[in-house]
Amino acid sequence: MTDMTTMTGPPALRAPSARLWAVALLAIALLALPPAAKALGEPFYISLVSRVLVFALAAMSLDLILGYGGLVCFGHAMFMGVGAYVVGILAHHGAEETLLFGLLPGTDSGWIAWPLAMLCAGLLALAVGYVSLRTKGIYFIMITLAFAQMAYFFFVSLRAYGGDDGLSLAARSTFSDLVSLRDKTSFYYVALGVLIAVGLLLWRVTNSRFGMVLQGAKANERRMAHIGFPVFRYRLVAFTLAGAIAGLAGALLANQANFVSPAMMHWTRSGEIIVMVILGGMGSLVGPVVGAFVFLLLEEVLSGWTEHWQAVFGPMLLLVVIYARQGLYGLLPAREGK
Amino acid sequence: MSAMLIAEQTLNGLQLGTMLFLMAAGLTLVFGIMNLINLAHGSLYMLGAYFAATLFRLTGSFLLAGAGAFVGVLALGMLLELAVLRRFYARDHLDQVLATFGLILFFNEMARIVWGPQAVFMPLPEALEGTVTLIPGAPYPLYRLVTIGVGMAVAVALYLLISRTRAGMLIRAGASNRTMVEALGVNIRVLYTAVFGLGAALAALAGTMAGPLLSVQVGMGDSVLILTLVVIVIGGIGSIRGAFIAALMVGLSDTFGRMLLPAAVSEMTIYILMAAILYWRPQGLFSAHD
Repeated sequence: MTDMTTMTGPPALRAPSARLWAVALLAIALLALPPAAKALGEPFYISLVSRVLVFALAAMSLDLILGYGGLVCFGHAMFMGVGAYVVGILAHHGAEETLLFGLLPGTDSGWIAWPLAMLCAGLLALAVGYVSLRTKGIYFIMITLAFAQMAYFFFVSLRAYGGDDGLSLAARSTFSDLVSLRDKTSFYYVALGVLIAVGLLLWRVTNSRFGMVLQGAKANERRMAHIGFPVFRYRLVAFTLAGAIAGLAGALLANQANFVSPAMMHWTRSGEIIVMVILGGMGSLVGPVVGAFVFLLLEEVLSGWTEHWQAVFGPMLLLVVIYARQGLYGLLPAREGK
Repeated sequence: MSAMLIAEQTLNGLQLGTMLFLMAAGLTLVFGIMNLINLAHGSLYMLGAYFAATLFRLTGSFLLAGAGAFVGVLALGMLLELAVLRRFYARDHLDQVLATFGLILFFNEMARIVWGPQAVFMPLPEALEGTVTLIPGAPYPLYRLVTIGVGMAVAVALYLLISRTRAGMLIRAGASNRTMVEALGVNIRVLYTAVFGLGAALAALAGTMAGPLLSVQVGMGDSVLILTLVVIVIGGIGSIRGAFIAALMVGLSDTFGRMLLPAAVSEMTIYILMAAILYWRPQGLFSAHD
């Protein structure tokens, strides 16, 4: 517990640590990437890193419940997929000028679709969490997996929206002519802005009283319950918030890929998001961003090197779990001289 | 709906259920005794199917192919336990999920390298072709009936092993308190390796039997793995009896769900079943650790 609070305390109050330097360098590198990539004549990197940013957002939201709450949710891709489908389905009806459920007109306005994606994913997380959070440990892992499988098969069976084949995005989300997501650089900065805003929000949340209760319940649930905290309700709120943010990541992913499909919520995708969190270092918010970077760039590099990249990646993952339990970001000392 | 159709679907459900039991028995033992969640169990099933298909093509004998796959995966499982998974017994479930997730990626890719991306065809053994008429007017494929028999036979053998032998006694003792078993002078490490090997070999047997019914291909273990996890969670982790009952429940409800319910719901039947059971009993039906 003491270890945890020193790790997550406000870094500004201390001498700059190696971690703070790492975060600053990462932020500068991310801001400077699009002009640099264009100058080097490699605009491909802009869309690659855009994808990284979207997954970093999803991984960060998972970190709230996994790293801070100790809840291993094996169905996080479900919330991402639902967010993506909300954007996809609204755009589909908007383009066809038909009514959703015979009631609502479709739209490609991001002002409407993105909050709605968060709302739907959040409500789903509320329902799933209400049932799942009664179970513990491996049963929790499995029941969240079961719900994700239900969502997967539900969207596979939605023939009207492409079923197994998925749905091409009829139009990218618009924001009253403020920004065009069709432009790769604009999309990149939108994704980066969302990631930073959510990162700051979650940093505040995890350092608040609410965040402390969440971490306390991870360290010793029984003690927290006896002090008088309704642990279940705190966890449910955190689970819902994480689901809503994952829904937002899904809305971004739909715009990035220009496509939504049930494959977005396949259980291996949920596994990959967990891997990103662990690889980077859980319970740190920055760690998942690092993890998303390393995972997706490694996938890119290894798959360029051999089509059988997973034969290399699998054992690498094994080694990370055996030898680097704190994740990559956790390898950096939390404070100078510590 | 006729009685014949119901009888036929019941047999189909039993066939799926007994196959799931072969998978679940090993997984639930490994989980219950070593406290290890092994996602790579599906990979062992896949390798069993590939080994059997290859051996069947080379030797022409289904029995030999099955035995070869059984022994091969038994050895592979024990090797895997000794070299890698042994380190993870004391680690938390999250580390285990990640490490074995890495193993799935590895085994899937290795299978793709060795056997190629195309599905490998495994024919029915000649002796088991054809149908039998159990119920007048409803011929049923002999091979499917044999798989039910194999599953049932394994269930009986496991029951005898666990309730009537010294090894079984140690397994039960290990599931309820492994520290105490070790303190009493039992070499628990050997027991762990043996149990893991047995579970792997049963997965290979399931893969062998499924080979002629499904296509033998990369990733075939993944979907079975999920179903198996559903089974052991419903049954209660560590309980063979729970695994058997849950496997039949899942097999039957999946089969009848497909027959009776619209397509959108039928794929979800077993997950709804699992969520409902866990809501009602968060530890599954027969938890070994109660």
